[in-house]
Amino acid sequence: MTKSKTYQLRLYVAGQTPRCLAAVANLKRICETHLAGQYRIEVIDLMETPQLAVGDQILAVPTLVRRLPEPIKKIIGDLSNEERVLVGLNVLPVKE
Amino acid sequence: MKKKAAPAEPPTLPKSPTGITGLDEITGGGLPTGRPTLVCGSAGCGKTMLAMEFLVRGAVEFGEPGVFMMFEENAAELTANVRSLGFDLDKLVKQKKIALDHVHIERSEIEETGEYDLEGLFIRLGHAIDSIGAKRVVLDTVEALFAGLPNHAILRSELRRLFRWLKDRGITAIITGEKGDGNAITRFGLEEYVADCVITLDHRVHDQISTRRLRVLKYRGSAHGTNEYPFLIGEKGLSVLPITSLRLDHPASSERLSTGIARLDEMLGGQGVFRGSSVLISGAPGTGKSSIGAKFAEAACRRGERALIFAYEESSAQIERNMRSIGIDLAPWIKKGLLQIHSSRPTLGGLEQHLVAMHDTVKAFRPTVVVVDPISNLTIKGSDVEVMPTLMRLIDFLKQQQITSLFISLTKGATGTNAPEDSQVSVSSIMDTWLLLRNVEFNGERNRLIHVLKSRGMPHSNQMREFVLSDAGIDLVDVYLGADRVLTGTARVAQEAHERTAAELRRENHARKLRQLAAKRKAIEAQIAALDAEAEAEEAEVKFAIAQETMQEKTKRQNSADMAQMRGGSEAGKGKPKGKRGTK
Repeated sequence: MTKSKTYQLRLYVAGQTPRCLAAVANLKRICETHLAGQYRIEVIDLMETPQLAVGDQILAVPTLVRRLPEPIKKIIGDLSNEERVLVGLNVLPVKE
Repeated sequence: MKKKAAPAEPPTLPKSPTGITGLDEITGGGLPTGRPTLVCGSAGCGKTMLAMEFLVRGAVEFGEPGVFMMFEENAAELTANVRSLGFDLDKLVKQKKIALDHVHIERSEIEETGEYDLEGLFIRLGHAIDSIGAKRVVLDTVEALFAGLPNHAILRSELRRLFRWLKDRGITAIITGEKGDGNAITRFGLEEYVADCVITLDHRVHDQISTRRLRVLKYRGSAHGTNEYPFLIGEKGLSVLPITSLRLDHPASSERLSTGIARLDEMLGGQGVFRGSSVLISGAPGTGKSSIGAKFAEAACRRGERALIFAYEESSAQIERNMRSIGIDLAPWIKKGLLQIHSSRPTLGGLEQHLVAMHDTVKAFRPTVVVVDPISNLTIKGSDVEVMPTLMRLIDFLKQQQITSLFISLTKGATGTNAPEDSQVSVSSIMDTWLLLRNVEFNGERNRLIHVLKSRGMPHSNQMREFVLSDAGIDLVDVYLGADRVLTGTARVAQEAHERTAAELRRENHARKLRQLAAKRKAIEAQIAALDAEAEAEEAEVKFAIAQETMQEKTKRQNSADMAQMRGGSEAGKGKPKGKRGTK
């Protein structure tokens, strides 16, 4: 039922910390696995552009923001738990 | 930006003034510079207002820009809320003196997966601080994060890091926190992390009057007032009382000030009261206390000084009208701007509110004479225990400014004869001069008596005077001090008339006696004259008789000589017979 949607995702990180790098890697892997061709990822490093933190109300790092489809969802953490990321993104696992 | 090395403890802890009236006095200069301070209290007790004022005053008065990071209200709400205190946040934000950041977190939007930290918060705060070069930060209220973030362990360690980080950056911060249940200072134990200075706020309702109180619970490395101090959120921000310090070092002027009533001045060593002293007038209802107060103010205006009347019973217009009836015209002075009357209901607000209002008015108007009519009304709300220190502060404040104050106190009891020395608010000990007015009921009428109970530093009369109010004004009349009682009013007048009559009679009596004496003297003199005349007559008679006898003797001798001549011719009576014959 969500086949036609495009996921517009934004990942906020702060520098090249292991946690942030892990989050980027995890996100890419999950998207490739479950949302192939339907997603766009934007990685924002707050160390470089701190002013962007206000817009999406970022507190925790890393934070993944699902900007589209509405409503906005936020997932905080290094995205190591795939299941919870999918729940958070409202993405049903493909096997269903 | 610049990291402060571990502070090499200077002899006195550097402090950042808050600019909040009274708070800097209690803390001895402000909050600890470069350290976080925890301000906690229950909902609606003014945490946000205190924090905001700290920030705004810092930015405007002390040149220290500040960041306000809010977790509950958004920027628009906050701006609207503090506009009531006269702070224009929009303008300050534009001037880059204040940065606002609203941190909003919605639990329902957030999913947690894996490890994270709150670097985002640090980055935002750091960015805000750097953008305006902030020296002060307010976090209001970080506790909201506990509701938004499920993992409290991470949150706690991050908060600890945050406060450390703020300290390292040398930021003077206020962290607000909600009061916890029971004895807990904050609901989430923030005091664990912010240990340098803790201020608690409290909002209490007692006898239907609400009072806010502030207490400095802890101030590491500094002495501070430990009491609970009432505070107010007024039109110009917070005011913590004491608004003046509780020192006792006000100057003492030896200049004297007339009370406006000549005879009263006479009772006070002939010159009136000292400038900058406090005068208490107490008395039963209707003894003329307010009239003395008005006269006192008017006298100041006549000298060209400014006077201020705080009235808690009558409106300004009413006072004007009533005083006109006893010949005190206040209207011209009001028009001239020398006199101000501030009327308000004592129940309008708490005691502190009145005190702060008085304080502000006095500061703005700068009078030399202040009349408070009456202080006893202030006790309607608040026990004597509270009123006493409040008044003490007011008196102290006025004395510091060399303002002569006159307080009117109503004594309970219809006749005022029951313990009139009870000044009711037990303030007499802090008053320099105490005038007592009382009613004396006698002979079917009631009269006013005034006497000076005490007057520090001057000789004063121990006599009672009758206090007379008429359309000609106020006057003091000597009472009649009879043998057995003091008489006033018509009794005095009657007694005086009686005495006058008696004196008149006595005078008449004396005159009469003198007249009688004069008459008697006249009579005696007449008698003397008569006797004199008689004596003269007798003398004349005697002389005549003697003369006659002498004559006869002569004649006889003449005759015998003549006869002898005729008979024998001797010369014994030569030449004489002719004359002798002639006298016969």
